[in-house]
Amino acid sequence: MAGLVLKGIGKSFGPVEVLRGIDLEVANGEFVVFVGPSGCGKSTLLRVIAGLEEVTAGTIRIDDEDVTGQRAAERGLAMVFQSYALYPHMSVYRNIAFALENMRLPPAEIEARVRRAATMLRLTDYLDRKPGALSGGQRQRVAIGRAVVRDPKIFLFDEPLSNLDAELRVATRKELAGLHAEIGGTMIYVTHDQVEAMTLANRIVVLNKGRIEQVGTPLDLYNRPANLFVAGFIGSPRMNFIRGRVGPEGRLVTPDGKVTLPLPPGLAAAGEVTLGIRPEHVAPCSAGEADARIAVELVEQLGSESYLYGTLADGTALTLRSPLEDPARRGEDVPVRFDPARLHLFDAAGLAIRP
Amino acid sequence: MNRVAMSRAASLLRQTRRPGRLGWTDILSYAYLALGVALMFGPVLWLVLSSLKTPAGLLEFPPSFLPLSQKTISVPGHAQPLELHRVRLPDGSVKELAQVRRIGIQATMVDPANPAGPVIRVPIEAREPVREVAFAWSNYTEPLKQFAFGRYFANSLVVTIVATIITLLINSMAAYALAIYEFRGKNAALLMVIGTLMIPITIVLVPVFLVVTQLGLNNSLWAVILPGAATPTGVFLLRQYMLTLPRDLIEAARMDKASEWQIYSRIVMPLTLPALAVLAIFSIMWRWNEFLWPLAVLTKSEVYTLQIGLNAFQGELQTQWHYLLAMTVMTLAPVALVFVFLQRFITTGIANTGMK
Amino acid sequence: MSETGSPPRAILRDSHASRLIQAVAGLLDRPMAWIQRAVGGRGMAYVFLAPNILFFGLFVFLPIGINMAMSLTGGTNLFLSERPFIGGDHYRGLMQCGSYLDPASCREDHFWKGVSNTLKFTLFQMVAMVGTALVTALVLNRKIRGRGFFRAVYFFPVLLSPVVVALIWKWILQRDGLLNGAITLAGGEKILFFVEPGWAMFWAVFVSVWAHMGFYTLILLAGLQAIPADLYEAAEMDGTKPMRVLTRITLPLLWPNLVVVLVLVLIKAVQTFDEVFVLTGGGPGTATLMVVQYIYETAFANQVQNFGLAAAASMLLGSLLFALTMLQLWIARRKAA
Repeated sequence: MAGLVLKGIGKSFGPVEVLRGIDLEVANGEFVVFVGPSGCGKSTLLRVIAGLEEVTAGTIRIDDEDVTGQRAAERGLAMVFQSYALYPHMSVYRNIAFALENMRLPPAEIEARVRRAATMLRLTDYLDRKPGALSGGQRQRVAIGRAVVRDPKIFLFDEPLSNLDAELRVATRKELAGLHAEIGGTMIYVTHDQVEAMTLANRIVVLNKGRIEQVGTPLDLYNRPANLFVAGFIGSPRMNFIRGRVGPEGRLVTPDGKVTLPLPPGLAAAGEVTLGIRPEHVAPCSAGEADARIAVELVEQLGSESYLYGTLADGTALTLRSPLEDPARRGEDVPVRFDPARLHLFDAAGLAIRP
Repeated sequence: MNRVAMSRAASLLRQTRRPGRLGWTDILSYAYLALGVALMFGPVLWLVLSSLKTPAGLLEFPPSFLPLSQKTISVPGHAQPLELHRVRLPDGSVKELAQVRRIGIQATMVDPANPAGPVIRVPIEAREPVREVAFAWSNYTEPLKQFAFGRYFANSLVVTIVATIITLLINSMAAYALAIYEFRGKNAALLMVIGTLMIPITIVLVPVFLVVTQLGLNNSLWAVILPGAATPTGVFLLRQYMLTLPRDLIEAARMDKASEWQIYSRIVMPLTLPALAVLAIFSIMWRWNEFLWPLAVLTKSEVYTLQIGLNAFQGELQTQWHYLLAMTVMTLAPVALVFVFLQRFITTGIANTGMK
Repeated sequence: MSETGSPPRAILRDSHASRLIQAVAGLLDRPMAWIQRAVGGRGMAYVFLAPNILFFGLFVFLPIGINMAMSLTGGTNLFLSERPFIGGDHYRGLMQCGSYLDPASCREDHFWKGVSNTLKFTLFQMVAMVGTALVTALVLNRKIRGRGFFRAVYFFPVLLSPVVVALIWKWILQRDGLLNGAITLAGGEKILFFVEPGWAMFWAVFVSVWAHMGFYTLILLAGLQAIPADLYEAAEMDGTKPMRVLTRITLPLLWPNLVVVLVLVLIKAVQTFDEVFVLTGGGPGTATLMVVQYIYETAFANQVQNFGLAAAASMLLGSLLFALTMLQLWIARRKAA
């Protein structure tokens, strides 16, 4: 049974269309991440689901009930805000208890639930403090506690880690994954950080300019991006793109004719295409087995691996990852080989060409 | 100025921006400020001192600085305490004697150290009364007993407290609506608030009197409380403050299933306390000091507020200045107390809002 | 609001004020929930707005209409239904004058005396008020020790009620009062301040300046402190003379605040009533009778209560105030832009 069903969701602010024709189903217990560049509409979509924004088109169903016209309070969802939105004048305890009091639960039940949530989130020692007296990570846990305690139909997270420093972000990410494993609720999570998306999600929804570009598991998106946008957005450093046309021998020829490259095997392609290959699937090799040569412009040595930034003969930028500590020098001409199984091909409209 | 104040003023003068160098502009500035202190505080001090004088002390001209009264002394053999005078005796010596009686220009005196001794007769211009500082506290206690001063005080207290509560409630509700919601007619409502700003009670004295009469509120405290309860300045002040609250908090409360009333009362009101406190102090000040409207609408003395009562006293009791002055002090005392404790808060609040 | 403007901690302590609010508000939770169910979440905006607007309507906007109707009707009855329509008679009566320069030649001589007194009062008061407030603000803006104390001293009378202010000064200025005592000690003759028209007007202005200058000082001081300190430092580096700093830097930058203060003083001065009324009773004769006192007495204090005439006079005063307030808003907007 589907927990959340969105059908044809549209949202405009005056003349500005922020969301267009969003269709999506989220199953119960799923962890779904909305990801996309800033301004893509992912936060608006979350707020539409929350009931904080009204849709201008489409319907929202939760547990087979149409909630399109319902207000936030009536939908039974919980949300963790980017700013945490903790009530500054209430203690941690009262922050967590506030929703339960609003639901008029018996005091003993409220107490028990708050204590349970506090134990789970290691907040027991801080229940009497005001949010102002907590660290960033603790505030974050209070915000999560406020959601958990309600036992909501769906948890909504609006970039909840963006205010934490890098180290804490990684730690909290793991805790969130653990939390989902423990309580198993339906979670919808908005982020612009694709590492968060890849590590947390059962399924990722990639949004761009108010539309869904692709929905799939993290590996799906990584291995089988549906279009140029997704291919470029997922993965870091981003996928290399080489534009050209399909030549007579079934190889890609760049517009100036200086470079020819192999195409993925078994694909029927013709005309204008874009070849895609991730940096980790390009490797330096001996001159004999090279598909191409790049002029190295920058070498980033990270210790465990290195990135080479260079250009092909026609000037197209190409990045590659090497497991070597010191694979090449700036200014060198390096022969490289493309992993034929990892080549992606996109047509003139930017859609993936699949067998 | 007493010695402590002198030395403090002197230390003030010594400490300027360049230690050890005191420009003539600095001296001029401090002189100006010292004059200001005298001019601003002097009259109030004079009022307080005068209010402690006896009626006889008040009649004295030129007035004495401190409340003084004739010193008396009990002398054995005399039932009543006798007035003490400093007398220049015919031999030129000066002695403090008690006056037994006075007939015409002759006074009969006795030496308190030697009550059994001979009486001394002296012309009255040869004696000068010995006086001591004495506070006539009865000026304060009598009005509470004799006149309805206590009642006026209570009326003012009721008006101030009830009106301030109503003002805080309805102004904050309106400010909340205008700060948090988008709704049809919002601009019209905002315009209405601005419009109200331009219409002081001075202009609508007569018709408001008519409305109050129609509502049957004449000569009740509600007639004073209600007309000024909705203040445009209050709505503006609170709205501006509420606009600075993070929207996330309100949305979080909505997600937490709070009703709109609960969002207002549990989230927004507590967070608006600083602005509410400013408005509360303004409202208390306005109500405690309000004059023209109560003067017009309150005609029965049992509903008089302090200000109206005081004004009526000064009309009726022209000769009873000793009571009037004491009542004036009692009227300004609460304000002075509030000011002493909240001075910094009040002045910065006013400087920031530009209202009074 | 700046952080120095936040109230003392005692007021803000969650455990007191906040708890009280919540306890009281809790009583209304259920009724308000019913209302919200009836009108919907959006409709609640109107529910929140309603009480305030009701008060505005009842005690401000409705009265404006009534005032207009009243000024066009005659008789002595308060209720409109009992008042005959007489058109612009009250206005004509108010305007009927032999010479506008001589109040005594007018039919409503007290009204015109009030107008001329109010004009005089306003003119003197504006000059004296803005002058002293400006000087005081400039002095307080210097690097003065104990600035907070002095600011408080000047501000203190602002909080006093007009009646108290008037009584304080009445006591000092009376025939055998402190001031006459000082004059006598200095070898002068007693002056009957409330019997001589010139003196009465002087003290009316003086007392109102005494009572209110602290407020305007505060506003001007805030304006002065908003002038960036580096401007003064730059001027000092340039070797600018203090007088030139004042005329070329301080005053031009303070000008917007000064204009605001001028207009505020003007709006208040035109409505002057209470202090002067308690201090002089409008006397001697009508020497310090102001327009508002005329309105009050015509409607409430005279033997025959002429509500219509008072309403007409207040309509005229109201239009003047309206114009002045528009001026104020226009200036405020220009200042903001």
